[in-house]
Amino acid sequence: MGHDHDHTHDGHLDRRSLLTRCAGWAGTAAVYSVAGGVISSVSLDAAFAAGKPAARTRPFTFVQISDTHIGFDKAANPNVHATAVQAIERIKAMPAKPDLILHTGDITHLSKDDQFDDAKQILSGLDVPIFYVPGEHDFLDEGQGKTFLSHYGRGSKGLGWYSFDHDGVHFVALNNVAALKPGGMAHLGDDQIAWLKRDLAGLPSSSPIVVFAHIPLWTVYEAWGWGTDDADQALDLLRRFGSVTVLNGHIHQVLHKVEGNVSFHSARSTAYPQPAPGAAPSPGPLKVPTEQLPSMLGIRSANFVRGSEPIALIDATFA
Amino acid sequence: MPFLSRIGRIAFLAALVAPAALMPVRAAAAAAPAKTQKVAIDNFAFAPQVIVVAPGTTVTWTNADEDPHTVVATDKSFHSAAMDTEESYSFTFTRPGEYAYFCSLHPHMTGKVIVRG
Repeated sequence: MGHDHDHTHDGHLDRRSLLTRCAGWAGTAAVYSVAGGVISSVSLDAAFAAGKPAARTRPFTFVQISDTHIGFDKAANPNVHATAVQAIERIKAMPAKPDLILHTGDITHLSKDDQFDDAKQILSGLDVPIFYVPGEHDFLDEGQGKTFLSHYGRGSKGLGWYSFDHDGVHFVALNNVAALKPGGMAHLGDDQIAWLKRDLAGLPSSSPIVVFAHIPLWTVYEAWGWGTDDADQALDLLRRFGSVTVLNGHIHQVLHKVEGNVSFHSARSTAYPQPAPGAAPSPGPLKVPTEQLPSMLGIRSANFVRGSEPIALIDATFA
Repeated sequence: MPFLSRIGRIAFLAALVAPAALMPVRAAAAAAPAKTQKVAIDNFAFAPQVIVVAPGTTVTWTNADEDPHTVVATDKSFHSAAMDTEESYSFTFTRPGEYAYFCSLHPHMTGKVIVRG
C-alpha cells in the first residue's frame, strides 16, 4: 500500500512562520517538539518568542482525526455528522494543505454500512488521501470487521494492518481492536507483530516512524481497558529507531507520554469527550454544557521537517 | 369407580397411597414456565456480575449505557450482536455449568452465569 506523494508546495518555512501559519486556529494548543529523543512542551507564545533560525528543508504537514462516531445520536452530541463536517472545514482552512490524513478509528458508532457511507461522504470533501485504522466500534458487525474491511481493507494485510512511506517517513497502521480477550485490554496478536517485525526489518534506524492505531499502545488506565496488552512486543521492535511517534484515539482526549525515543499521543474525538482516566464511574460519553462542547472536540496537525527539526504536533479544538 | 378414566384412576390411587410423593412434581410443574433473570449493563459493568440460575432460565441483558456493548461467552457458546442503548439480548441456559462471558468491545467487562440444577 505504497503512497508517495509529490510535494507541490515548496514551503521553505522556518519555525516561526510555520507556527504563525498554524496559530490562526491553534487556540491554546501546546507545541510538542521531538528532537533527539527528548520531548519539550512549550506554549505557542514561547515558541514564537524563541524564533529559531530556518532549516532549509521542505516540511510537510499531515493531520490526525479520530473517533468521528458517525451514527452516535445521544445527549453528549446529538449531531456528530455536523462536528465531523466541522473537522473537515478546519482542515480545509489550514494554511498548508496536508499531504495526508490519518483517521485513528471509530469512524462509525455501530459498524453499519450507512454509517460508513456517511463517513465517506463527509470525508470525501477533502482532496487528500486518508489512511484508516479501525476502532472497536468499526469492528462490531456480525462478521467481526468484515464490513470495515470491505470499505477500507483493500491492500491491507491480515485484519487491516499495513504500512507506507511518505517523503522519508515510514507510517505503520496497526489494528488493536480485533479478537479482544476477556478481562484484558486491546490486543495486537502474534500475526500482526510478526508482520511488523518483517515490515521494519529493512529500515535504517535513522528512519522516522509514525505508528497509528486506535487504542493507546501504552497503558493509560487498565481498569477501563485503556491500553494494549502486548504492546511491549511491538515497542521492542521500534526502540532502535531514533524517532518514533505513536498516535492513537479511543479515549477522546489529549494525553502524551514519552519513553526514550518513543512518544505517545492520544487525540481528541470530533464527536464527544470522555472523562479523564478514573474521573467518572465509567468511560462512557461525557455530557458537557452545549457551549462547552467545541472546546472538547478537535483535530491534530503534525508538521514534519527532516533533519534536525522536530515534529510539531498541534492539537486544536473547535472552540 | 366407573366414572374415572384409567389415568384418573391411577392418579386417584396414587394420591391415596402417597400424596406427599406428588408434591415436588407439582411444584416443579408450577415453576417451569417463565424462569427469567435480568442482568443490567450499566456504567460499563454487568450487574449482577455473577448470577446463579436453575436450568431452563432465560437470562436477559439490557444495555443502559450510551456506548454499545456485547455479551460473548468465553467459550463462544453464545454471543449477542452489538446492543445499542436500551437494546437487549436473551439466552436460555439449559445445562448446568459455569458460563463466563465478557463484552467483546470492552473486554475488561466480565460476568458469569452459574447454572445449578
